[in-house]
Amino acid sequence: MDSPRLTPEEVRHIALLYRMGLDEDEVERLRNQLSDILANFRALQEVDTTDVPPTGHSVELLNVMRDDDTFTPMPAEDTLANAPLREDDFFRVKAVLD
Amino acid sequence: MPSALHGLTISEARSLLDRREVSARELTQAHLDRIRDIDPRVGAFVSVTPEEALRQADLADAAIARGDAGPLAGIPMQIKDNMCTRGIATTCSSRMLERFVPPYDATVVERLRDRHAVMVGKGNMDEFAMGSSTENSAFFPTRNPWDVHRVPGGSSGGPAAAVASGESVFSLGSDTGGSIRQPASLCGIVGIKPTYGLVSRYGLVAFASSLDQIGPLTKDVTDCAIVLGAIAGSDPRDSTSIPMEPPDYTAALTGDVRGLRIGVPREYYAEGIDPAVADTLRQALAKLESLGAVVEETSLPHTSYALAVYYILAPSEASANLARYDGVKYGYSAQDAGGMWEAMELTKQRGFGPEVKRRIMLGTYALSAGYYDAYYLKAQKVRTLIGREFRDAFQKYDVLVTPTSPTVAFKLGDKVEDPVQMYLSDVCTIPINIAGVPAMSLPAGFVDGLPVGMQIIGRPLGEETILRTAHAYEQATEWHTMRPDL
Repeated sequence: MDSPRLTPEEVRHIALLYRMGLDEDEVERLRNQLSDILANFRALQEVDTTDVPPTGHSVELLNVMRDDDTFTPMPAEDTLANAPLREDDFFRVKAVLD
Repeated sequence: MPSALHGLTISEARSLLDRREVSARELTQAHLDRIRDIDPRVGAFVSVTPEEALRQADLADAAIARGDAGPLAGIPMQIKDNMCTRGIATTCSSRMLERFVPPYDATVVERLRDRHAVMVGKGNMDEFAMGSSTENSAFFPTRNPWDVHRVPGGSSGGPAAAVASGESVFSLGSDTGGSIRQPASLCGIVGIKPTYGLVSRYGLVAFASSLDQIGPLTKDVTDCAIVLGAIAGSDPRDSTSIPMEPPDYTAALTGDVRGLRIGVPREYYAEGIDPAVADTLRQALAKLESLGAVVEETSLPHTSYALAVYYILAPSEASANLARYDGVKYGYSAQDAGGMWEAMELTKQRGFGPEVKRRIMLGTYALSAGYYDAYYLKAQKVRTLIGREFRDAFQKYDVLVTPTSPTVAFKLGDKVEDPVQMYLSDVCTIPINIAGVPAMSLPAGFVDGLPVGMQIIGRPLGEETILRTAHAYEQATEWHTMRPDL
């Protein structure tokens, strides 16, 4: 089936949505590879799914709740042990506003 | 008695340990020696943990001395490196998590440790479990013990190669689209993907949450039943875990398949499947028939759409799950960036490898405005049709039997530049994850000196029927006794 190719702008737009840094080589390679992969997906459009509900999960478990009991959470030291940057008991982030 | 300690199955090792002919420490040391000798050629381990292993082995020996030893006490195992191990790096074979040391154990790790199984190290894998050859590991590829110029399959290539080469008695892997079964097939061992929800995913690094399942890789079917029984069962920390107590799976190993109804879906023996592999499967089916099973051809017409469904749903879920790697809480962090946005972009650009980036981009695209209905929602609807098709088939059949992989192990480098070709490696295993049903791969013969796997698919929670079928076949054949020369 004839299928349109992604443009470099489209690839950069998807990367921006995800905040994924890509260099120009990566943009070009991904443009080609994603276009090829998407072309293989178009066959799905020929399947009749009228009145077919979507499946998100194969196990029909709904509203799984735990008892409302208290428990001791993981110590803050453990939680912060892998933090690239911390300040006291907080994760430190870089400036959000430029 | 087997000539080398590293060739033992769990049941063989158990009887030596229980008769005090070998200690857990000696058995562990034998596996650590084996790793030292051959892992430079195989590459199954991201990390080896000798001190911790010998400490656990001593605890196992104490339990054995107390007469308090279960079936796994003192048995050396390897854990795929996407399951959290407290105090031991868990990398997912990614630069992103190269220095991540989890503050807690995955439920499966906790359960095995409580039973005094001995972890000797962590298994190499395709980065974040995305791949079919273990070539996507950011560190090094794993090699197939039957031919080190070939891939072991993936993404659990390390766990499969470790078992096949005698570096661990068993391993734990994870399977999102075939990542336990396809490497088990290519390495000539047994691997099962349980029913979705049977084994807790707590502490498994998430890839595609509606498809991921943990399962054992073992040398034979009996070992598979033993390990599955140890890790299965509900866990309040995983809300998708099925509330049930697992049965004694070893009780299912009766050797009797008389009257068992086996469906053979013709789509799995068609174009794209190596004819020599399909022939091997036909011989295996003839063997099962000779044991009293009733074998009949059937059809699952939506099979050809499963690959597209999977490569929309799994990357979509992955793009959501992997958004957590922002360089703030843990993992690689680009500290040289100016502001927050640049830091996020650089962190992902440097932390993720090419296949992970490809799938994140694919998933983000499929979920983005204007494409959601055409891709993601459409795939979820076709998923419903695929699930129904399996449900209907299981009205008529107890199990379905197919090849696990369309080919035997391929050469390193053969498919790594062509993602579409690589994705086709999972064409026989992917529909099973989409339907959420259980399936096992077990050795069923050789083509050109390389192992061929038979896939046995069962009803939801039909693990016992799968094990019974596999065990009966295994008892009637010699494939599971073959070991590679290394």
